Amino acid sequence: MFQRIMVPVDLAHEKRLEKSLGLAADLARQYGATVIYVAISAATPGSVAHTPGEFADKLSRFATDQGKAHNIATESHAVTSHDPSIDLDPALLKAVNEIKADLVVMASHVPNITDYLWPSNGGTVASHAPVSVMVVR
Amino acid sequence: MTDTPTPQGIPAPEGVSDLIDTDYEIGQDNIESKIGMFGFDIHNPVFLVSALSIIAFVFYSLALPEQAGTAFSWLFDTVTKKFDWFFIASGNIFVLFCLMLIVTPLGSVRLGGVDAKPDYSYIGWFAMLFAAGMGIGLMFYGVSEPMSHFSSSMGGVTSEAGARTDWAPLGGAVGNEVEAVRLGMAATIFHWGLHPWAIYAVVALALALFSYNKGLPLTIRSAFYPILGERIWGWPGHFIDILAVFATLFGLATSLGFGATQANAGLNELFGIPVSSTTEVVLITGITAIALISVLRGLDGGVKLLSEINMGLAALLLIFVLLVGPTVLILTGFVDSLGAYLQYLPQLANPVGREDVNFSQGWTSFYWAWWISWSPFVGMFIARVSRGRTVREFLVCVLLIPSLVCVLWMSVFGGTAIHQVVVDGYTGAQNADLELQLFKMLDQLPLASITSFIGIVLVIVFFVTSSDSGSLVIDTITAGGKVDAPVPQRVFWCIFEGAVAIVLLLSVGGLQSLQSMVISTGLPFTIVLLLMCWAIFKGLLAERRA
Repeated sequence: MFQRIMVPVDLAHEKRLEKSLGLAADLARQYGATVIYVAISAATPGSVAHTPGEFADKLSRFATDQGKAHNIATESHAVTSHDPSIDLDPALLKAVNEIKADLVVMASHVPNITDYLWPSNGGTVASHAPVSVMVVR
Repeated sequence: MTDTPTPQGIPAPEGVSDLIDTDYEIGQDNIESKIGMFGFDIHNPVFLVSALSIIAFVFYSLALPEQAGTAFSWLFDTVTKKFDWFFIASGNIFVLFCLMLIVTPLGSVRLGGVDAKPDYSYIGWFAMLFAAGMGIGLMFYGVSEPMSHFSSSMGGVTSEAGARTDWAPLGGAVGNEVEAVRLGMAATIFHWGLHPWAIYAVVALALALFSYNKGLPLTIRSAFYPILGERIWGWPGHFIDILAVFATLFGLATSLGFGATQANAGLNELFGIPVSSTTEVVLITGITAIALISVLRGLDGGVKLLSEINMGLAALLLIFVLLVGPTVLILTGFVDSLGAYLQYLPQLANPVGREDVNFSQGWTSFYWAWWISWSPFVGMFIARVSRGRTVREFLVCVLLIPSLVCVLWMSVFGGTAIHQVVVDGYTGAQNADLELQLFKMLDQLPLASITSFIGIVLVIVFFVTSSDSGSLVIDTITAGGKVDAPVPQRVFWCIFEGAVAIVLLLSVGGLQSLQSMVISTGLPFTIVLLLMCWAIFKGLLAERRA
C-alpha cells in the first residue's frame, strides 16, 4: 500500500519523536516500505550541527541507526532553509514531492488556542500535502 | 541531544575549512520551556539581562528626565568631541583594511567553506543589505546634507577667540558657488560612502567568518574567539552580546520614534494630517503591525520581499528625478563629485589638527559613532544573508557598490536641490526643516503629489524592514545564536521595540536623551571593531592554510 514513508524529525528534540518513529517503523515492516527521515536546518551553526554538511551526516547516521534498531530500510533527506522557524511547513511540503513519499507520519502537539494563530506543523502539512498524512499526538 | 554520541566540534564541513574546536555546544546555556501556550528558547542570561536593563533605562529617563537628559548629553558630547580623532582614525583603518582584503589572496576565502553556494541572488542580497544599511537615512539626508554643507561652505569661515564658529567643512569656499558645491558633495560622500560601509563590512565579515567557516554561533561574541578564547562563553561574551542587543533595540526604537515625527511632518505637508503625538503613536503602531506581519512571513517572504519592493521604488524615484531634473548637470555633477571626493578625502579623513571643529566633531565624529552603534545590527543582518560569497565578492558588494549608489543618490537628490537654489533661485528646500527638504525639492518637479507619496511610502517601508530585521537580529543574539527559536520570541522583540518607541515619544526629551546614549555606545564598539579586524585577519590566514 505504501512504498516510501516520510518522517519529519527534529534532531534537537528526539525524545518527543518516540511515538511517531515507532509507528513509522511498524508501518514500514507491515508494507515493506522504506522510511525517509527528513530534517530541516539553517546554514548557520545550530545546536545539532555546525554546518549543513555535518547536519546531513548526523541525519544519515540517525537513519542508519533507526534502520538497525527496527530492522527496516531507511534513507535520509536533509533540507537547508534560510529561516527554519517560518519555512518549516513549505520546506516539508516540498520534501514530500522531492523524495516521492506516499505517506507522511509526523508528530504533533495536541491543538490548543494558539493553533488559530500558529497552526501546528502537522496540521498544515496534513491540509496541504498531496499524499496521506498521519499525525501522531 | 540523545542520538549516537559523536565527538562535538569535529564535524564535516562543506569542503576544506578550518572549524574551531570547542567543547561549547550551541544552545547549551539556553532555557527551553513554555509560558502558557507559547514555547520559548532563550539564552540565559543574555535575554533577561538585556530586556530588564532596557526597561530600567526607559524608567530612568522617564522618572528623572532632566537628570537623564543631562547625563546622556554630557556622555554624548564627551564621546563625539573628545574622541573625534579616535573615530576618524579608526574609520580610516576600517576602509584600508577592507581594501587590503580585496586585493590580497585572503579575498579568495569563501564564507561557508569552499563548496558553499550563495544563499541569495545578487538582486535579493543587494536589496537586503542596502535596506538594512542606510535606506532610511538616504530619504532624509539625500537632499538636506549636501544642501547643508553647500550653504555653510558658501558662508565661509567665522571665528571667535581663535575657535571656528562656522559649520563649514575644511576651509569652506566663501562666495565661490562652484567650489562650495564640490566641497559640499565631497563632504556628504565622505559621510555616506566608503567609511560607513567599511564599518558594516568589518562587523558582517567577522560574524560570517566565525559562524559559517569556524562553526561558532551567529552572535557578536563569536568574533572574539581568537582574542578571548573559551572565555567568550562566560560573562565577557554575555556582556558583548547584551551591549549589542541594547544598542540595537534603543537604536531602532529611537529612530522609529524620530521617523514617526518625520513621517508625520511629511503627511502634514502632503495631506494636511495634523502634527500630533496621537498621529505619531498611530504611525508607530501601524509600522509595528506591518513589521509583525513581515516577521511572521519570515526572512524570504518578509524582509527580502519588502527590501526588493523598496529598492524598485527607490530606483524609480531616482530615475524620475534624474530625468525630469537637470539631467546633464546631474550626470556631470556625479563625475565631478567623485573627483571632488578623491581630492578632498585626505583632508576630510585627517584625524588630527583639524580647524573645522564644528564640522569634524559635529558631523563626521557624530556620524562615525552613529554608524558604529548601528553596526552590530546591520553587520549581523548582512552576515545572515551573505553565506556562500567569497570575501572579495562580499567586500566589493558591501563596500564599493553601495558607496557608488550613495554617491549617485546624493548627486541626483542633492544636486537637483542645489541646482534649484543656484540656477532657479528657489530656496524652499534650503530653508525648510530637515524632514521636509526632500518633499520641498520634489514640489518643484512635475507630478509632485505622486513622487511625494512614493517618498512617504519608501520612508515607512524602510522602517518596517528595519523593525523586522532588527527583531530577527535581537532574537538570534538573545537565543544564543540559534536561528530556529520559536517565532513568538521575534514577535515579542518587535512589539517591545514599538512599545519603547511610543513610551519615549510621549515623554519629554526621552527620545533625544536615549539616542545620545545609543550613539555613545559607538565608543566601546569602535574598540570592538578594531579587535575584529585583527580577528578577521587571523581567521582568514588560518582559512587559507586549511
